Amino acid sequence: MSGAATDAPELSRREFARWMWRQVTSMRTALLLLLLLALVAIPGSVLPQASVDARAVEAYRLAHPELAPWLDRLGLFHTYTSVWFSAVYLLLMVSLVGCIVPRTIAYAKAYAARPPNAPANFSRMPASSVHQVDVPDVDAAVQRARNVLGRARIDVRERDGVTELSAESGQLREFGNLVFHLAVVGVLVGVAVGSLYGYRGAVVVTEGDDFSNVLTQYDDFASGALFDREALPPFAIHLDAVDARFQLTGPQRGAPRSFAARGTWSVGTSADQEKSFDIRVNHPLKIGRTSVFLIGQGYAPVFKVTDAEGEVVFEDAVPFLPADATYTSSGVVKVPDAQPEGLGFQGFFLPTAITVGDDKAPISAFPAAANPLVGLFVFRGDLGLDTGRPQSVFMLDKTRLTQLENKDGTPLRVSLSPGQVADLPGGGSIQFVEVRQFARLQVSSSPFAWLPLGATILGVGGLVLSLLIRPRRTWVRVSRTVIEVAALDRITRGGGDLDDHVRRVAEAVLPSPGQEET
Amino acid sequence: MTSEAYAQASTYLIAAATVVLAIAFVAHVAEWALARGADEEPTSASVAAGIGRSVTVLALLILLAGVVTRGLAAGRVPWGNMYEFGCAAVVLMLVAYLVLMRRWGRAIDWTGAAVTGIGTVVLGASMLVYVPAGPLVPALHSYWLVIHVFAAMLAGAAFVIGAIASAAYLLKSRNPAGFSRLPSATRLDEIAFKVNAFAFPIWTFAALISGPIWAQYAWGRYWGWDPKEVWAFITWVVYAGYLHARATAGWKGRAAAILCLVGFATFVFNFIGVNLFVGGLHSYAK
Repeated sequence: MSGAATDAPELSRREFARWMWRQVTSMRTALLLLLLLALVAIPGSVLPQASVDARAVEAYRLAHPELAPWLDRLGLFHTYTSVWFSAVYLLLMVSLVGCIVPRTIAYAKAYAARPPNAPANFSRMPASSVHQVDVPDVDAAVQRARNVLGRARIDVRERDGVTELSAESGQLREFGNLVFHLAVVGVLVGVAVGSLYGYRGAVVVTEGDDFSNVLTQYDDFASGALFDREALPPFAIHLDAVDARFQLTGPQRGAPRSFAARGTWSVGTSADQEKSFDIRVNHPLKIGRTSVFLIGQGYAPVFKVTDAEGEVVFEDAVPFLPADATYTSSGVVKVPDAQPEGLGFQGFFLPTAITVGDDKAPISAFPAAANPLVGLFVFRGDLGLDTGRPQSVFMLDKTRLTQLENKDGTPLRVSLSPGQVADLPGGGSIQFVEVRQFARLQVSSSPFAWLPLGATILGVGGLVLSLLIRPRRTWVRVSRTVIEVAALDRITRGGGDLDDHVRRVAEAVLPSPGQEET
Repeated sequence: MTSEAYAQASTYLIAAATVVLAIAFVAHVAEWALARGADEEPTSASVAAGIGRSVTVLALLILLAGVVTRGLAAGRVPWGNMYEFGCAAVVLMLVAYLVLMRRWGRAIDWTGAAVTGIGTVVLGASMLVYVPAGPLVPALHSYWLVIHVFAAMLAGAAFVIGAIASAAYLLKSRNPAGFSRLPSATRLDEIAFKVNAFAFPIWTFAALISGPIWAQYAWGRYWGWDPKEVWAFITWVVYAGYLHARATAGWKGRAAAILCLVGFATFVFNFIGVNLFVGGLHSYAK
């Protein structure tokens, strides 16, 4: 007994592992994991996701200062890369592989094996018939059975003057089933590999400006762990024009109609090999394996700032970020080199400004630039650009800036139309030179995208096979005096289909009508 | 005809189709009321059923005309926003219902009341999100609009009928002696399975093949967990669960039928909830 007692834990541990494996690979567990996967995907559709819209996440954090840290701890701003989401789908994969591998082996064995032997007693099958007939030519009857059973796998055995034919059809069902589940694995592998080697960056380019595909030029950039950031394909883009069209009349007035970015691109330094491009939504520019997409556009007013000493210290286009459907846009102008003190401007751009009341700020009535206007608040002091801390180009660090005021103490706001100049208190001026447009371009490469795509298409093919095809076994036993037919569906079809099948086979096999007795 | 005239005609036709379909629904309700309690179906009930079916065909023809004129008014396929999706999806649901009636006859004719009722509600609700006929936002300027959205509508139309069969299964399996108009529980389970087995590969194509391909062109990534994508994925997963459940001991029958209804609910939420309340890149309600 003592020997058994010491052996028992080791055995039970192995038993336990075996039991665990059976649990994990059981259909019930797979089903529960599948439903769990659906459940854990929900939060990502309700809460903002950092990978989708980082700014929305920031806004959410500000609006819910109590809740946000807890959501952070649970990884709910990164739902689809969170530990628990990954745990569910990895377990599901283990379960899937654990289920599919033995079934593939079993399928291969079954395919190589002969169709199962005929049962001794045909009347036990769900559909069968017995016909007492004179069979002059047994072989001919078997041949007729072969013909009527068509493409089924057929095996014929002869014993004591009785010939038994076994037929199995519809094995493509399990084949399709296996293909579908292997395809699911293929999709996940493809997505994973693609994200390891892929990259995606976004950059704002103003009309007349250039962009070279190097890391430092990007506003934001993300790449997979195995992507070599130094190996970005070399190309350059010159943006000539952004063309944005909006509905001019009718109830949908102001709705976007078409966006396009036009210009030229070249690979390497050879400017003579410039090619022109016309990127529109749904029509990216393809440069080798890299695609350039137009994912946004807006206005970049050009400003010219002169400081108190009469020097032109700034002359450039400044992208303002659109905030609503009428392209009311906000932005900042930073002029650190102004003397004697740095200048900062923060304000808004209205493409079609209209006045709504004497003491109210103007608003934008239409997204196209019909009556452009900028309104700017003015700051003086240290812009903090030398501190080394990274700063957003769309925000002013006001810690060491003083806002300029009117004589009555209200904040000074300069309003400018294109060409207008405003003198600044204490010297200097700012001119709104002209309006340009900017394009927000996304440069990305999704390598191995064919892998998940191809796997999904294969998977649907397998799925259709596994849902449409129904396996069926048919047996025919022929002797000189009796013909018996039986059939069995592994998946029932209902509606008397199996009986019809048995009748059809029997009719074909019987030597000639009229001699039978059932 | 000018596009304004087409738009006007479309609006009238779709409103008329809603009324006619409501009449078909009333006829089918009368059919159920008249057949109530009787073992043999009384003639008055089958007269009502016949009226219901004929009026349904009429409603389909008017609705089809309304959807076609809508397309002519806008100069594109008539499924570019929520209103149009609702109307076109009802066309497909009615076509699916009538095709199945031809194929399966008595096994499916009991769905008349549910199909016409749901159709009326969807058409009525679509009018709440009515937008005038017009061109589309740039992201939708793609032939994938034709393919991707049509596949989603077709799958949705079949999901509706599958859900009706599963709901009827739940009623019938609880009370096999009652609901004499309904086929047997086994048959209902089979109908639900067949319809969903048709819809699932189409949904897979809409959500996981054509959707990602289009997203790659329009947004530069094939999958980005946009709320619409998340819920399309959830619907896919739940229906995959349903197909597995039908072959799993302890899940066959009622649990599988409930999963079918849950799957359908996620589809409906994706259409209504995500469009109107969640937002995201797929915000084409207006």
